[in-house]
Amino acid sequence: MTRLALPSETGEGLLGGPVAWVRRNLFNTPVNIAATLVALWAVVRFLPPVVDWALVRATWVGDPAACRAAGGACWAMVVEKYRLILFGLYPYDQQWRPLLAIVLFIAAILAAAHPKCWRRWLIYAIPAVLGVVGVLMWGGLFGLPLVTDDRWGGLPLTMILAISGIVLSFPLAVLLALGRRSRLPAVRAWCVIYIELWRGVPLISVLFMASVMFPLFLPEGVTIDKLLRAQIGIILFTAAYLAEIVRGGLQAIPRGQYEAADAIGLSYWQKMRLIILPQALRLVIPPLVGQFITTFKDTSLVIIIGLYDLLSSTKAALSDPQWRAFYVEGYVVAAMIYFVFSYLMSQYSQYLERRLSAGTRRG
Amino acid sequence: MPNDDAVISLKDVNKWYGSFHALRDISLDVRKGERVVVAGPSGSGKSTMIRCINRLEEHQSGTITVNGTEVSNDVKAVEKVRRDVGMVFQQFNLFPHLTVLENLTLAPVWVKHMPKAEARDIAMRYLERVRIHEQANKYPGQLSGGQQQRVAIARSLCMRPSIMLFDEPTSALDPEMIKEVLDVMVELAEEGMTMVCVTHEMGFARTVADTVVFMADGQIVEKNTPAELFGNPREERTKQFLSQIIRH
Repeated sequence: MTRLALPSETGEGLLGGPVAWVRRNLFNTPVNIAATLVALWAVVRFLPPVVDWALVRATWVGDPAACRAAGGACWAMVVEKYRLILFGLYPYDQQWRPLLAIVLFIAAILAAAHPKCWRRWLIYAIPAVLGVVGVLMWGGLFGLPLVTDDRWGGLPLTMILAISGIVLSFPLAVLLALGRRSRLPAVRAWCVIYIELWRGVPLISVLFMASVMFPLFLPEGVTIDKLLRAQIGIILFTAAYLAEIVRGGLQAIPRGQYEAADAIGLSYWQKMRLIILPQALRLVIPPLVGQFITTFKDTSLVIIIGLYDLLSSTKAALSDPQWRAFYVEGYVVAAMIYFVFSYLMSQYSQYLERRLSAGTRRG
Repeated sequence: MPNDDAVISLKDVNKWYGSFHALRDISLDVRKGERVVVAGPSGSGKSTMIRCINRLEEHQSGTITVNGTEVSNDVKAVEKVRRDVGMVFQQFNLFPHLTVLENLTLAPVWVKHMPKAEARDIAMRYLERVRIHEQANKYPGQLSGGQQQRVAIARSLCMRPSIMLFDEPTSALDPEMIKEVLDVMVELAEEGMTMVCVTHEMGFARTVADTVVFMADGQIVEKNTPAELFGNPREERTKQFLSQIIRH
């Protein structure tokens, strides 16, 4: 990434003021001048109509007729349907439970993201949060009415699928990556077969098989919950991709690091855990987070097996004939929710990279 | 027959890399407290030989015994040998994601299960000995090459090894840093550490070594005291090598 010189560094900026800054940074070369002009043109051309539609002529409360009369964005539809979009078909009077689940998830993510919480207990805390969310959503305990997972939906379902998918596939991915580089031929072969097999099929067909074909192979009377099947499918699928990313990191670590770890007497697992993986994972933070974002967004594919994740419940909200015309607003809101989470993940990955490389930068 | 007071004993050791015969019938005994310098042209198998001693490389035939333990495919035996044998590399190989102090305490804590405070005390003592204790909380990347190599020596010493292997410890250093590393090695030798050292520093070999081993083409060509080997080499190949490095 090229870094623009700050005016305060060059000294002249302090005297030259904003005009000098603009001239130096936006109009300094022919290519930059062209890029600046194109960007300006795009802003002038597209921003006013968007603002006009989304804010000026928008309707925030009212019925479809009011929306049509105003002619702008019909946010009234979202206001009317937000509980269906956020929580799907979860029983209306129990929706504080998925709401609490969302809050718990966000709190857990924030805690896990903070360096002060990088302690051993975090390894147990994350599955614990998943368990608590499960109990909270499912109920049947502590006086909570039972709500089976065919009625779960919306943002909590998306978060369950994505967070479990990421958290549980990651250790599997590390084992697969280590296995693929193992000196034991059988271990290596199995890991290669696993990774190539899962990478060779699209997620949509994995979900489809988990939903439709897998039950056919189960003995009579045995059923595995559909959500669980989809979740396992996502975990196994994601693990194959993550494994290749982790392997890339392992291969980038110089041989001398392995040898030094061997020479001081560390066992294989100590060597990997204390020396190799901390360095290898640090190198592959950008592609790892890229895969996390992909997994988060790909959970929307569960729509094809009839699970009501955020996108499906948005679609369900739009099936109301009264509001059907305002599908753009519905999808804009869903897209914004996806965007906020993805953007935060990507920002966090940049922070993490900076933080982790701070101490070890060669100087 | 392996020599009874030998702490390292190599007997008819052979190693191939594919069809390349890297070590040919190497037999060598190292006594407790003996300082052995291994010299020879590059590609002669010096590094390969000492890397076989702690199983960084596998030999294909012959036996290697360290403190009575045979180095073999047995993981437990190899771990035991590695606890007894410290190694210093040409490229230092410090762990860049850990501080100097963490580099030193890692193995005592994880391999020897030493309490952290005790490991820390020992680490600081060795850092003082290699005159670098004020850098304990820096990362390796912030140190010069000579400092890094001294840290690497201290890291090995923290495991209280009975034998130290040095694999060209000064070859990657800038000339002005070689002395500070050699000084540490000389001190170590004077304290009676058993050392096997691959090096091109003939001055070090002359002053410190009990024995100089000259290798070429995967074989031990000649083995003698430094005075004899440098002053009165018997083999043609040795003379040729010595004349080259002296001219250089």
